[in-house]
Amino acid sequence: MCGIAGIIYRDGTRDVGRDMTRMLQSMKHRGPDSTGYALYGQPHDGQVVMRYTLADANTPRDFEFDDRIQRHQTQVVTRLKAAGARIDDVEPETEYAYRTTLTYGGDLKDLTDRIEDIPDAEVLSIGRSLEIIKDLGDAETVSEQYGLGGFQGTHAIGHVRMATESDVDISGAHPYWAYPFSDIAVVHNGQLTNYFQWKRRLERSGHRFQSECDSEIIAVYLAEKMSEGADLEQAMQQSLEELDGVFTYIAVTADALGVAKDEMAAKPLVLYEADDVVALASEEIAIRAIVDHEIDTYDPYEGIVMAWQR
Amino acid sequence: MAEVGERRITYDARGLAEPLADAPNVARVENGTATFDAHDLTTRQINLELRRLLYEEGVKEVTVENPGAKHSLGVGILTRCKINFEGSLGYFGCGLIDGPEIHISGRVGWSACENMMSGVVVIESNAGSLTGAAMRGGDLVVKGQVGARSGIDQKGGTIIVLGDAGSMTGFMMQRGRQILCGNVGPGLGDSMYDGTIYVGGKVKSLGIDCIPGEWDETDTEFIQRKFRIYGLGDPPEFRKFVCGKMLYNYDNLEPAERKLVL
Repeated sequence: MCGIAGIIYRDGTRDVGRDMTRMLQSMKHRGPDSTGYALYGQPHDGQVVMRYTLADANTPRDFEFDDRIQRHQTQVVTRLKAAGARIDDVEPETEYAYRTTLTYGGDLKDLTDRIEDIPDAEVLSIGRSLEIIKDLGDAETVSEQYGLGGFQGTHAIGHVRMATESDVDISGAHPYWAYPFSDIAVVHNGQLTNYFQWKRRLERSGHRFQSECDSEIIAVYLAEKMSEGADLEQAMQQSLEELDGVFTYIAVTADALGVAKDEMAAKPLVLYEADDVVALASEEIAIRAIVDHEIDTYDPYEGIVMAWQR
Repeated sequence: MAEVGERRITYDARGLAEPLADAPNVARVENGTATFDAHDLTTRQINLELRRLLYEEGVKEVTVENPGAKHSLGVGILTRCKINFEGSLGYFGCGLIDGPEIHISGRVGWSACENMMSGVVVIESNAGSLTGAAMRGGDLVVKGQVGARSGIDQKGGTIIVLGDAGSMTGFMMQRGRQILCGNVGPGLGDSMYDGTIYVGGKVKSLGIDCIPGEWDETDTEFIQRKFRIYGLGDPPEFRKFVCGKMLYNYDNLEPAERKLVL
């Protein structure tokens, strides 16, 4: 089933971590398996934030577990330095998830590949403002674990997952970062039926995938179209023609948030547009979790693409 | 929020966390009309309070303030009464009802009034998809727009929509009527068995085996009557769509013939 949510403030920075947690928690029944966030904070000049994991939440805790994580983390630091990045800050978020702030001007693909070459390492996101946080459990659990309550930002998307197409683990959780393009992420509710076709097609043009989850191709697909010159809205418009299946997905870039719905309107979406905020979610109850008064909302129709600039 | 044991319930969108809850007994009753604020009540408490008032207290009119788009509110009410929701409902609002007259001042989510047996529901704003799914009787009036597949598997009653309707409206409809004043999405009346759909606006495309029908006096009378009852003003001009009955061949055989075939 899955639940998705998105929020974009029109008047600058707000408590986006807190708001997104409330939205996602109210839709827990749509997917209790895992929860994920793509939050956009304030960018700093020349700095990128990298979030990565060195084990999955399900990885067995054998006697060597801690040593292995430490060893791999040392390798991450070594390889980042070798790639020419200056490490400004390293924060261990959980026993296996890290957030690193880097000063780096080089190729992000090269940097990501160097990190992902380390056994069990997985880069969740790299961006000037994008940070992807995902883990097992409901929104409050993940928010508490990663201290998202104080996250200030301009826009965000989130996802509560009911696993249907692949395993319950962090790599199967949304949102997906559009490796290797910085600051693009996607959450998706639905199933894609031409997944393998697109996966092979995108792999042939040099992309690789972090997971077995069908939703990941949307992120990479959009990033590929945007790297060819399309803007977010144009890329999403093309996806309606080229992706098969049922879907409502929300895509975000550093300064825009867009939503697309398939030709059958099979998956829900409720949209609320106000002067100060645009919020959208699978259920109105999620929007009401952050807006405490009666609001006017509607369900966009089949085959729509809408985007908002920050 | 109610307490269960030591643990505070922070989440209960579907009203499943407290199967043994009691009606909160918070309504103010004045001149046979009850009012209560649902803001801090759970789904289950709101429904229990509604039932207590309608079935035990014998109240004939209830106003629910701040429903807050919660799911499954006002379901399974089987008595003649009046219910006003001052705000929006979530999914499955007012499903399985038989008798009440319900007024919703906000919006409703997916599957509002599904399996409605009789009564009247008036929604002032928009409705989600699957509105009036498998409805069997009564009138459902949506003053805003509706999502996709309104009246899917409809078996009776009337759905009136003043705004636009989405794709596959009247999908597999079996009986009953829909009056859609705005534009309608693709696949109107797809695989419908019977019933009538009136459309005031543009139809993006007709579904399989849905064809334009022949207009007669009874259609005019029916539409005018419904518009009069709900005070909707003068009806616009409508076109009529019915089932082409080309998909009926599975049941054309006489019982004796069917025996032969089987």
